Amino acid sequence: MSLALLAVQTLNGLQLGILLFLIAAGLTLTFGVMNFVNLAHGVQYMVGAYLAAMFAALTGGFWSALALTLPAALAFGLALEVLIFRWLYDRDHLSQILATFGVILFLNQGVKTIWGAAPLSVPMPEALSGSITLMPGLLFPVYRLALIGVGLATALALYLLINHTRVGMLVRAGSTDAAMVSALGVDIRRLFMLVFGFGAMLAGFAGAMVAPILSVEPGMGDNLLILAFVVIVIGGIGSIRGAFLAALMVGLIDTLGRTFGPQLLRLALSPSAASQTGRALAPMLIYILMAAVLFERPAGLFPVKR
Amino acid sequence: MTARGQTPAIVLFAGLALFPLAARFGADAYLVTLGARILIFALAALSLDFLVGQGALVSFGHAAYLGIGAYSVVLASIAGIDDLLAQALIAIVAAALFAALTGYVSLRASGVYYIMSTLAFGQMLYFLFVSLSALGGDDGYTLSSRSRLIGKPLLESDFSFYYLCLAALALAYLVLARVAKSRFGRALNAVRQNPLRARALGFRPFPFQVAACVIAGAIAGVAGTLLANQSEFVAPAFMSWQRSGELLVMTILGGVGSLWGAILGAITYLTLEETLSLLTDQTHLLIGPLLVVVAIFGSRGLAGALAPKSSGRAA
Repeated sequence: MSLALLAVQTLNGLQLGILLFLIAAGLTLTFGVMNFVNLAHGVQYMVGAYLAAMFAALTGGFWSALALTLPAALAFGLALEVLIFRWLYDRDHLSQILATFGVILFLNQGVKTIWGAAPLSVPMPEALSGSITLMPGLLFPVYRLALIGVGLATALALYLLINHTRVGMLVRAGSTDAAMVSALGVDIRRLFMLVFGFGAMLAGFAGAMVAPILSVEPGMGDNLLILAFVVIVIGGIGSIRGAFLAALMVGLIDTLGRTFGPQLLRLALSPSAASQTGRALAPMLIYILMAAVLFERPAGLFPVKR
Repeated sequence: MTARGQTPAIVLFAGLALFPLAARFGADAYLVTLGARILIFALAALSLDFLVGQGALVSFGHAAYLGIGAYSVVLASIAGIDDLLAQALIAIVAAALFAALTGYVSLRASGVYYIMSTLAFGQMLYFLFVSLSALGGDDGYTLSSRSRLIGKPLLESDFSFYYLCLAALALAYLVLARVAKSRFGRALNAVRQNPLRARALGFRPFPFQVAACVIAGAIAGVAGTLLANQSEFVAPAFMSWQRSGELLVMTILGGVGSLWGAILGAITYLTLEETLSLLTDQTHLLIGPLLVVVAIFGSRGLAGALAPKSSGRAA
């Protein structure tokens, strides 16, 4: 394995990790603060990508599309909260699963009905297209680098927001004991709505950001939702820091495992057996990691104190 | 559960037993094929209801057992074993093993962690079978024929296949209703209602919960062997997480805790899907909002609406 390949795959892994973080961040807060099982978080990411595709087609540019997608995704999340989710906060997980599963079915079919089953694409912004040479023999797309940078900046902003603002303090207090926060005179419903809308916006942002490099299609959020679950279980429910580190871990292990797993196995097995076993094992790696974490630390790597 | 509490179940099974006759006089032989399919999903939903209703263990990876059962048929028939009972036995062992292993890990944490980790383990198995090119990978594996039963091709007729599925469902229902009433079932229920109190009484929840996972997994594995025979085709899609979600929807729709409610839920959900698909090819645009409405307004499902007192929740 060459050094350049290792570097490229590490960057790809980072990029997947960053994307996972943007989705897992909102999800871990809705789980942590509201104890709400939101299966519909993945479709919110998909809706973000579709909104970006629609706005890009209307305005003709990526930046204007991004600027329009953020408020639209926020509004969409708030609408879902007002129409559906707020009626289910006090109910058991089963009702929440039933309702949010219904939302998934509806939206996956809905985007197909509006935009068709064929994948859409979003133009790459002019300034960020092309590749740069990071080191001899290593060409990497600028856009993917920018994505990593934007994700890291978002993570930093979230860290400051959660740890150094009043709203952040309320969110932290809410994930420890929501009833107590409410008893202290905080409008907990408004806090819930805020967290929800913000999480939806982050997911929509993630969808809009990856739209230029992935195809925008129905169901695109489904697999990512599961990966985000894995991230949250590893990181600990309600912990942004845990979500960040777990997202990077999952992104890196998944990407590197698929590339280098078969090569590593070749040291012990015959080439054909190694590639067979490697291809079967690589997609399972992150789940094995999750099982190991659950086994050793049942509440995740960074459990929120209750 | 009193004898009176069993009335809905008796009516339900009587209706299911008469259905093929009505379908034969009525219109379509296709209805019997569809009926068998519904019974198979009812069997899987029934086992899931045992887990959710008796143990409060919301498994979001139950379709994995359908997959394990279905691929047991594939592997057995490759090895030359074409008897359904032998295949079902292999499926039961494999499903029980998977349930014990994943249960052992997922049950270390509770609540939301359990939901998410069962989902993830289901997905792990899905990706494993997608990448196993020897078994057809993503494209699936077409079976050359249905399994044989005691050496005879009894499953080839849709009529007898339907009754075989019904027998499996009735047997599973009797066994699970019995288990729910047993000392084991009571202990499991005690753990569900108040883990702290159950612990104080000397019950460690963990072994009871793992055992519940094994029982439910094994039964869903049998449903998988039947499903493989019904479609004569097996694919990783059998165990996709959407399938797990559908099983959970059937269970919740039927009303958690009564066991027969899950059967009713499966019948309702699949019939609804089938009927709507005759009207439009965008069924999910209608089913999705319907589920939301049921979640918000109908908290106890069909069983709760039909027999408010006999639901297992009241126990």
